[in-house]
Amino acid sequence: MASGVRLPLVRVAVPARPRRIPAWVLALPPVAALGVVFLHPLALVLWQSVSPDGGGHSFSAYGEVFAQAAFRDALRNTVLIAAGSTAGSLLLGFALALVIAFVPFPGGKAIGRFIDVFLSFPSFLITLALLFVYGTAGIANGLWTGATGAAAGPFDFLHTPWGVLLAEITYFTPFVMRPLLGAFAQIDPAQLDVAASLGARAPRIVRQVILPEALPSLAAGGSLVLVMCLNEFGIVLFTGAKEVTTLPVLVYGKAILDGDYAGACVVAVVNIALSLALYGLYRTLTHRIDGAHRART
Amino acid sequence: MLVHSRRARRAVHAAFLALFLPVFALPFLVVLAASLATRWSGVLPAGATLEHYRAATDADALDALTTSLLTALAASAAALVTGTWAALAAKGSRARRVIDLLFMLPVAVPSVVIGLSLLVAFSKPPLLLNGTPTIVVLAHAVLVTSFAHQAVSAALDRLDPAYEQAAASLGASPLRVLLRVRLPLLLPSLSAAAGLCFALSMGELSATIMLYPPDWAPLPVKIFAATDRGALFSGAALAVVLMATTFLALLAVSRIRTRAVHR
Repeated sequence: MASGVRLPLVRVAVPARPRRIPAWVLALPPVAALGVVFLHPLALVLWQSVSPDGGGHSFSAYGEVFAQAAFRDALRNTVLIAAGSTAGSLLLGFALALVIAFVPFPGGKAIGRFIDVFLSFPSFLITLALLFVYGTAGIANGLWTGATGAAAGPFDFLHTPWGVLLAEITYFTPFVMRPLLGAFAQIDPAQLDVAASLGARAPRIVRQVILPEALPSLAAGGSLVLVMCLNEFGIVLFTGAKEVTTLPVLVYGKAILDGDYAGACVVAVVNIALSLALYGLYRTLTHRIDGAHRART
Repeated sequence: MLVHSRRARRAVHAAFLALFLPVFALPFLVVLAASLATRWSGVLPAGATLEHYRAATDADALDALTTSLLTALAASAAALVTGTWAALAAKGSRARRVIDLLFMLPVAVPSVVIGLSLLVAFSKPPLLLNGTPTIVVLAHAVLVTSFAHQAVSAALDRLDPAYEQAAASLGASPLRVLLRVRLPLLLPSLSAAAGLCFALSMGELSATIMLYPPDWAPLPVKIFAATDRGALFSGAALAVVLMATTFLALLAVSRIRTRAVHR
């Protein structure tokens, strides 16, 4: 009597789905925290820059600051040093990453990890080190005076824009190398072998196979470094150079040394505008790379 | 393999070392050597001494080190909680692009300006924080939150959704899924983010110098004060203490991470 077997009807208790809190409510606390300690203070800086001490609102502070030679010098210095450092870091970073990735040698991996540690150290250490290497009493000048018997060595550029440039290139090159090493890892080595077997020599392979592949990371790394150079403060401060003033140094000088907060706010707004414009460019580039990457995989 | 001939390869490696060593390895060695010397007017430093380290571990300097450590710990904790929370809330939300953008903004704003803005905002009641350690911690937290947020966001994108879906289908509440599935899976990235935040905060100078109160001067400020008055060698010793502490913290964090990955 097989048909007589009746399966018991099992009732499964379906748990009532808990009511979910809407996503925007969950996002509120961190965004509010950011608003209080970052966005609101930033807005106050903007507000202060258009509110002169006498009351009312005007752009008079901007006119005053723009008319100062110190400000124009700082603006020029900032842009020139940032552009030069970025170009230098890109060149050096590309060359070094190329060797680590494609002309491998024992210990290359360790160097890759060393770069990560390097990234987390403060920038002013570089200037401090350069003071011992190229300073008035440093290795380079010591070598020179030892060899020639002269009273002083020829290296005296640390207090000039060139010293800042050298320090910034040293510090920011790893920021270019890291994304580049990532991009190089994606290149199939067979591609290089094919190009080589077809008769392409190393410079041509670099130009026609590797460079197009690395261009997005170069652009992204380059614009990030450009923004960071525009905002760099520790390196310039540590050179102790009175004649090298950049926008962040001017903000510090006006606010802390002169107590001129309105002027400091004006310079700060100019600096923010410059950096944000470039940062927007950086985000656009990285987004496009992400998009291209997803499209390919 | 880009370069096939052995001689050319050697030449390339020699050029690499000629560029890499002076630019990247030399700074650390130079600072280390200078911290042990009394004068440097030749190829090598002269007058070996431990005097600078004795000065770098006196009450004043240890105070600065403690200040740096406490600031970095507090700022990293705040940044990690805020950044992780924002990343978790942004995931799958329509406002994700806006939230990501907001949390990336502090990277683009100069640190000096962040210091200035906090001074402008918190120098008058109702929130009078100027002159307290809190304002230093706040500045560091703002500066490193972006890095925490970015790291956790990227890790969340890589996370296999199958685990949380399985947990949810078995009836686990969203809170339970978060605490028992998502956060444990995120632990390696969280600890990496914590290490980065800690290291960045330990070396922060630009915003700190704008707003530190006299009784809360972190180590980088002390290093600057030393080199500014010409005491380069004691500055170097303080810098070595800073680097060593940061390096040890990074090492400890990476050990936690290895254990978390193996579990």
